[in-house]
Amino acid sequence: MIPELGTFALILAMLLAAAQAFFGLAGAHRNRLSWMQVVTPAVTGVWVFVALAFGLLTWSFINHDFSVNYVATNSNSALPLMYRIAAVWGAHEGSLLLWIMILATWTLLVAALSGSLPVAFRARVLGVLGLIGVGFTSFTLLTSSPFTRLMPAAMDGADLNPLLQDPALAIHPPMLYIGYVGTSVAFAFAVAAMLSGRLDAPWARWTRPWTVAAWMCLTCGIALGSWWAYYVLGWGGWWFWDPVENASFMPWLTTTALIHSLAVTEKRGMFKSWTLLLAIFAFSLSLLGTFLVRSGVLVSVHAFASDPSRGLFILALLLFFIVGSLTLYAIRAPTLKSEGGFELVSRESFLLLNNALLIAAAGLILVGELWPLLMDTFDLGKISVGPPYFNMVFLVPALPLVALLGVGMHAGWKRAMLQSRRRQLLTLAGAALALALLVALGGYGSIGMPLTVVGLTAGFFVMASALIEPVEAWRRGQKLPRAAIGMAIAHFGVGVFVIGVTGVVSYKVEKDVSLAPGESTSIAGYNFKYLGTQPVVGPNYEAVEARVVISRGGSVVSDLATQKRVYRVQRNPMTHAGIAVAWNRDLFVALGDDLGGGKWSMRLQYKPLVRYIWLGAVVMALGGLVAILDKRYRVRRTAEVPALAPGAAGKRA
Amino acid sequence: MWRYFAPAAAFLVLGALFAFALLRIGQGKLDVHEIQSPLIGRAAPAFALPSVTDPTQLVDSRALAGKMYVLNVWGTWCGGCREEHSALLAIARTGGVPLIGIDWKDERDLAVQYLAQLGNPYQQVGSDADGRTAINWGVYGAPETFLVSATGTVLAKHIGPITEAAWQEKFVPHLKAGGGR
Repeated sequence: MIPELGTFALILAMLLAAAQAFFGLAGAHRNRLSWMQVVTPAVTGVWVFVALAFGLLTWSFINHDFSVNYVATNSNSALPLMYRIAAVWGAHEGSLLLWIMILATWTLLVAALSGSLPVAFRARVLGVLGLIGVGFTSFTLLTSSPFTRLMPAAMDGADLNPLLQDPALAIHPPMLYIGYVGTSVAFAFAVAAMLSGRLDAPWARWTRPWTVAAWMCLTCGIALGSWWAYYVLGWGGWWFWDPVENASFMPWLTTTALIHSLAVTEKRGMFKSWTLLLAIFAFSLSLLGTFLVRSGVLVSVHAFASDPSRGLFILALLLFFIVGSLTLYAIRAPTLKSEGGFELVSRESFLLLNNALLIAAAGLILVGELWPLLMDTFDLGKISVGPPYFNMVFLVPALPLVALLGVGMHAGWKRAMLQSRRRQLLTLAGAALALALLVALGGYGSIGMPLTVVGLTAGFFVMASALIEPVEAWRRGQKLPRAAIGMAIAHFGVGVFVIGVTGVVSYKVEKDVSLAPGESTSIAGYNFKYLGTQPVVGPNYEAVEARVVISRGGSVVSDLATQKRVYRVQRNPMTHAGIAVAWNRDLFVALGDDLGGGKWSMRLQYKPLVRYIWLGAVVMALGGLVAILDKRYRVRRTAEVPALAPGAAGKRA
Repeated sequence: MWRYFAPAAAFLVLGALFAFALLRIGQGKLDVHEIQSPLIGRAAPAFALPSVTDPTQLVDSRALAGKMYVLNVWGTWCGGCREEHSALLAIARTGGVPLIGIDWKDERDLAVQYLAQLGNPYQQVGSDADGRTAINWGVYGAPETFLVSATGTVLAKHIGPITEAAWQEKFVPHLKAGGGR
């Protein structure tokens, strides 16, 4: 009964989303207020029924209903409660339901917080979101229902993929999806602007907080995924240029570009058609990611079970939304006029460069992502594009991007007065270089790789440069607007991230060893002594746990346990790494294979500054959060919002 | 202003590519999961490594030229290698083709001990202590096994522990065609 109710709730949600789309778009087109007034109740209804469906699937998981095919394939009676809940989005069908749940929640938030928007504009935004909802709900119902029954019911479930049984992974997909799906809000704003022909400063101001919110979640989601890969995949790598990682990174780059481009559109009334294009691209790349992951055209550790019929359905969705919006763009863009010009050295031109570099990076990653598929499809040979390509094509735009960032932050609109800051920036750059050399030579005893000092200098320079304005304001006793503080924090985070990446890439030490109990080996000045193994029994797995004591100069630094787990149902072994964390480095031990006679192979790693990679991402996201809380996004500027319909004025007071 | 239609057109082309790829996957003509080594059909990378069994000798690819051989990348630290060891011994006995081992990122005494304990399927074993040769061969995880023709062309590759079935499917047809015996 419960799964049937879930299907029914999802059907109702789809119908309500269709109503939301129709009355929103048609109501705005015909300027019928009564139609547009239906939209908000429809949005609420969609959310209620999607939440009901989601809740019912969760209920089936919690209560071990193995008559539901999806539960039987992704859960087990021994699976702990937390992972039974996380298993809801552990595979294709449930994660689609999560996608829809998050879309419904974003839509509800937009509906709740957009009371100050012109009624027709708001109806269009919600209408477009409704259309996306219809697309994905029908996709779920027609090709991938999580509520399908299994006849006869399974005695027990096939268990959740052991890789996914981890706290970070329980929250990584929701976070990432919140970001992915959040790009649909910016997309809906862009389409609504193109439909209404209204693309001005207030439009940009409404769009900005939503875009930043989506970007923030995307940032956290990607960082969580990276962190998860670091300690769960057991290899100690933090980024693999895996097709699915790329699928999340490309929307991130595009959304980052969009945030910056929106700033120009808001403040200066320029880059309008470019901003529209970016909003479409960000959403398109999110959809593309969904397609690539779920259609089986790419090979990845993340890929869901492939099914070409599903692939064709998403492809149709993809074409409808992307080609539709790009055609609308082609019709609308020629009519958009820039409201001003700018000098060669100005904040605008720095932001233009920022956009060009971010989009170049995203484009080159896309080429690397799709090239093997292109070659394979036309029988031109099988190739794989790996980290060497991606590292190169990312580093080439990323280096100038970071270098320009430190200076560009201080450029004024229209025409920059960089002369006044020149001395200050040069001093900071010199200090950053000195600090970089100090860290490289004093901390690690070598210059490292060719770009080590460049990376460290750039990181320190950006961090220092981001602090100039907050420090000056603090000295003068002034208060900076939250948006400016947020920007400073986010850029500071970029610097932290760059330091982390440079440190770990330049000075990491890895060693694969085989050790017998009592034997020890040392890397990077740390002595790793292997004490021996003991069996451990978990709720749904058995493990061998190895104890390794790490010492430096005779004193014990850490006493680590690392496990090799075999999950009872799926039988594939999993490494649970032991990590000793400190502010300046991680020491990482991953247990390998039993070599007989008590000997085990192990991978030992010394990872300097690795934490700063994720810390940097968290700081960036925090900056986004502070910026969203800026007052001007909340104060309703009645004067700037022309009332398009009679009901609009009454709502604001 | 046709240039504004460029993004839509570009995406349509991309969509056509995806549709074509899906079509071919559906027809079973395209398998993206099959990873073929770019080396296949190309000249085998040259190597000259000190022998594990006798460090004064070199295991040299030039000396191997003129007859077919199987190259197996392994290490004492690798569990999959231990797993495939009995299959390798069987191949060495009945396969009719010499096995050349590349002991990857390993210590010599461990390797000697390992072979003494489990049996030595290899005609020669080279020690690739710094991993250079394995990089040239595009190895990204042990064990990997290659078949090299008499003219020095890579004919086949297997990733992971080799099994009797994989041997029959990927290697034996080449042996028959190329007159491995």
